[in-house]
Amino acid sequence: MHAEITLRVDGQTRVLTVDTRTTLLDALRERLGVMSPKKGCDHGQCGTCTVLLNGRRVITCLSLAVAQDGADIITAEGLGDGEALHPVAQAFLDHDALQCGYCTPGQICSAVGMLAEAAEGWPSHVTTDVATGTIELDGEEIRERMSGNLCRCGAYVNIVAAIRQAAAQSDR
Amino acid sequence: MIPFEYQRATDADSAVAALAARPRAVFLGGGTNLVDHLKLGLLRPDLLIDVSRLPFDTIDALPGGGVRIGAMVRNSDLATHALIRRRYPMLAQAVLAGASGQLRNLATTGGNLLQRTRCRYFLDVTTPCNKREPGAGCSAIDGHNRDAAVLGASEQCVATHPSDMAVALAALDAVIQVHGPDGTRAIPLTELYRLPGNEPARDTMLRHGELITAVELPDLPIAARSTYRKVRDRASYAFALVSVAAAVDIADDVIRDTRIALGGLAHQPWRATRAEELLRGAPATQDVFRAAADAELAPARPLAHNAFKVPMAANTLVAVLRDLTTRDS
Repeated sequence: MHAEITLRVDGQTRVLTVDTRTTLLDALRERLGVMSPKKGCDHGQCGTCTVLLNGRRVITCLSLAVAQDGADIITAEGLGDGEALHPVAQAFLDHDALQCGYCTPGQICSAVGMLAEAAEGWPSHVTTDVATGTIELDGEEIRERMSGNLCRCGAYVNIVAAIRQAAAQSDR
Repeated sequence: MIPFEYQRATDADSAVAALAARPRAVFLGGGTNLVDHLKLGLLRPDLLIDVSRLPFDTIDALPGGGVRIGAMVRNSDLATHALIRRRYPMLAQAVLAGASGQLRNLATTGGNLLQRTRCRYFLDVTTPCNKREPGAGCSAIDGHNRDAAVLGASEQCVATHPSDMAVALAALDAVIQVHGPDGTRAIPLTELYRLPGNEPARDTMLRHGELITAVELPDLPIAARSTYRKVRDRASYAFALVSVAAAVDIADDVIRDTRIALGGLAHQPWRATRAEELLRGAPATQDVFRAAADAELAPARPLAHNAFKVPMAANTLVAVLRDLTTRDS
């Protein structure tokens, strides 16, 4: 069973025919050659396939491509403006927030989405008062909000530092 | 994964009719549990009817003071909505305690309710499981059962319900609105889920073709002073070992009213009616909290590896009641 779908990926409109069983992740990587979303666990447990879907961070391994017809997707490679790196990507470089780098595109997309959520005033599991909570992105908040992205190298300390830098920049 | 057809629903009536006509058809919401089941081979549908774009995606105040949550509202939008955060904080907290930010942005309210157990044997098609294959046997009863139920289990199934959100909804007297082939009906959340009994393959009272369209919360002033506490193996992004959703109304150190539900202990979110009865009208003391918690857990029948859940649940309930009754507001 096949269906034709249209996706906007990193600013480009792409039309493709997919088997209904194809996940969004496999459509991006195997069909469109967009390789920055990585396949880690393929079961929604590691976050390395994270992209921005219609502006929100999501994993792509548990979403069917056919169900995302018409979606606007930004992957890690589409975040910069072509010249300068996105501030979150630059912060990862500045803080050496990676070792092997496999989880990094997912971490960066997740951080970009997370910073937007915090700017909207979304509380998290560690926000003391969900009713009124003003959000201060300290280390505890960042760790909780980024808990859906695993790093087997254990670069977490520098990932948190990078995101703190990016958060401080976006406040200005 | 075997091939399947895909249809995008345009309205509830036609979605329900299309599904009812096909015994092996299933509804697709956010997909975060269903697509995993397709990959694991637990589920072999011949038709997916995508209901995620149906217009049940708003949260609205009801005239009588309650709130209606559309079934397609994403978990993130539920947890961050001002009405929910202010009037039913335990529900916002429960949703935020589950999954990850990326998953909550996809998962729907209806899909969260209908997610299935994370019992390791249910998820492993190479092992016997009565929930997956009726009559095959239960691998968990004499196996790795650290995560298994201690309340309401049967000889056939000891699985637990994994949702955090449903535990808060059980405490909040939520009502599920259902659209089916024969019309609509309303089901109290505490009657939506079954205990496993002799039919562990059936998680809920829903019939084939029935679609959840909304969750309604009653006007419940007591819920403004409420909380959800989850105990798990990691600080974040893990299922509950035990959890407690509770609301308390206290005046002059006497408990006027309370709502309590427990998670991680049973095949359904466990409304703690015994504890509630003992607490209503009683003084807010540690001894009263302990007696209520012990009474609720008295029927517990732990297995070889999950006996720790009984004192863990009781202690968590006592701690939550203590916190709620010593708050300033």
